[in-house]
Amino acid sequence: MSDVTRDAKSDPWARLRAATPARVGLGRAGAALPTSAGLEFQFAHARARDAVHSSVDWAGVAAGLAPLDLIHVHSAAPDRPTYLRRPDLGRQLADRDWPELVLDDAPDVVFVIGDGLSADAVTHHAASVVQACLPLLASLKIGPVVLAAQARVAIGDDIASRLGARLVVTLIGERPGLTVADSLGAYLTFAPKPGIKDSARNCISNIHGQGGLSYEHAAAKISWLVKEALVLGLTGTGLKENADLKSIGSS
Amino acid sequence: MAHYRGSLHGETYHFDTLAALMAAATPARSGDALAGIAARTDVERVAAQHILADLPLKVFLQDLLVPYETDDVTRLIIDSHDTTAFAPVSHMTVGQFREWLLSTATTAELAALAPGLTPEMAAAVSKLMRNRDLITVTRKIRVTTAFRTTLGLPGRLGSRLQPNHPADDLAGIAASTLDGLTYGVGDAVIGINPATDNIPTASALLEMLEELRVKYDIPTQTCVLTHVTNSIEMIEQGAPVDLVFQSVAGTQAANEGFGVTLDMLNEARSAALSLGRGSKGNNVMYLETGQGSALSSDAHHGVDQQTLEARAYAVCRAVDPLIVNTVVGFIGPEYLYDGKEIIRAGLEDHFCGKLLGLPMGCDVCYTNHAEADQNDMDVLMTLLADAGTHFLIAVPGADDIMLNYQSLSFHDIAYLRNSFGYKAAPEFETWLEKMGIVSQTGALIDGADASMKLLEAAHV
Repeated sequence: MSDVTRDAKSDPWARLRAATPARVGLGRAGAALPTSAGLEFQFAHARARDAVHSSVDWAGVAAGLAPLDLIHVHSAAPDRPTYLRRPDLGRQLADRDWPELVLDDAPDVVFVIGDGLSADAVTHHAASVVQACLPLLASLKIGPVVLAAQARVAIGDDIASRLGARLVVTLIGERPGLTVADSLGAYLTFAPKPGIKDSARNCISNIHGQGGLSYEHAAAKISWLVKEALVLGLTGTGLKENADLKSIGSS
Repeated sequence: MAHYRGSLHGETYHFDTLAALMAAATPARSGDALAGIAARTDVERVAAQHILADLPLKVFLQDLLVPYETDDVTRLIIDSHDTTAFAPVSHMTVGQFREWLLSTATTAELAALAPGLTPEMAAAVSKLMRNRDLITVTRKIRVTTAFRTTLGLPGRLGSRLQPNHPADDLAGIAASTLDGLTYGVGDAVIGINPATDNIPTASALLEMLEELRVKYDIPTQTCVLTHVTNSIEMIEQGAPVDLVFQSVAGTQAANEGFGVTLDMLNEARSAALSLGRGSKGNNVMYLETGQGSALSSDAHHGVDQQTLEARAYAVCRAVDPLIVNTVVGFIGPEYLYDGKEIIRAGLEDHFCGKLLGLPMGCDVCYTNHAEADQNDMDVLMTLLADAGTHFLIAVPGADDIMLNYQSLSFHDIAYLRNSFGYKAAPEFETWLEKMGIVSQTGALIDGADASMKLLEAAHV
């Protein structure tokens, strides 16, 4: 008999706690939380705040992406407080923040990695997701990986159009929750250009290590969508995840 | 050509439109800055407030912030305006109206006035009020609604039990519901936000809540917060729908963004009324609002977010709801940046809703990227309880594991009742006493006997 089952027989609160990840059966001190439950909540909130306000370990991400070519850029939001107030600035590149570079020929796909709302998500998962995608996209021409600080999803549109890419995959830190603070999202946009609508994107969310999508599963989904998008010439509401994806994902 | 001008300490200020004046007069918040309509300086804000204070209230019936021709919310506001009810204050400026509200206005006068006020008048006067002014006036206003419980009575504080689950798991939702009941939460509604918004899911959740409610003979109402069109179809299919839910906003375009029209809301209300499920009253609608929703759907017409929020209340009062709440900090820091802005907005929304005659409550909440924490929520919930709010929302441990934000906890409702003597709705209160959950003073009874009884019978 497991601990949970044994507890459930003697303690109905344990039964409740086993039925949901919600914070049930916490007990109370007067009408307040018991001290340990209060501190546990504070820890979860502190971790989520740190995920929002800390900086990505860009050197670590770059090392994880070797030997790919990299471009570092910054959005028009100079700092975190501005970034949080002005989503429009996080969608634009900072003035003159674009390298002089000449690509031999236009890439099919560009990966853009932006910090979004969780630096921890990018530090922990972004390089691994790109690396897991590469063998699945071996038939395509992949451009340099662009690392974008203080970035929102749409910054990838401008970047990819400057590189002449047919499609952009923007990996970005998702808004942290109390349970998971380092969840990564992937947004795919065909024929990216500034001002394109969000309905023209496909999104794969919840890439993380606490019951979320694994790197391999995420890479399988991303790669399937990339190839379909390039065949169909679109992303967004016209491109549905297909049932075949399950077999790809589990293989 | 300046339509609205005035001078302050020798400096002249002018605003091209009434919308620009209203936006500049609004206490600072990030959403108006994002829209590019906030006052550029603190002094400009006060200058705008001076000009606004001297405007006759009647101006808001003539100079419409959102065009009548193209916006059905404006048409609703103007066409339903009650000039007889407006008469007692029709000669006042906005500044005089503030002073009247704070001084001689009585509970009965305020109730009679509500149909004579437009949302823009309520928003305008709120911009001249400090937080304590908003509380002073709101305490005088009494709005009572009923379905199986009677909400809004003096000395009562209602609560919504929100037992969400990321996979809509029935056992998980039942567990959170039972947990909340042991804290005396759920007299306004037991209401689930479904993770998957479709009819089969909503019907399964609703059947589960109905079974629980009937089994324990709980005098309350249940709701699955699915789209209004789903609720209409579920009623046609014979589902046990108590309340019809919908999110609404203050412009036609923003409501279109929610996929909702005024006709749809009226149709849904008629459908719910036809079921005759209420025992104490027939308020069958539950509506949610929140500052910033119009800007986020690019449907704001250059009007500040607080005024647009008040306009959403015109939509609400047209369908005679049981409960309305602003989801005040949910939208994020680009609209309400920090605890100070969230607290201010919560009090404004509560004031404007009540002044317009609504059963106004609040989801006291924030997201993890806002500069806010549970201490700010403690302040806002205590102020709102003191202001006589219709109801507050609570989730297990303040952590909504489906919507990924923080609201109040079940403990917080118990705190407000235990510390300040507020009770649950009378019908629900009687049930809580019968179950041994609360004492005759409405305070939670120490010891877990009652909770154990409830839980052991549940077979979760």
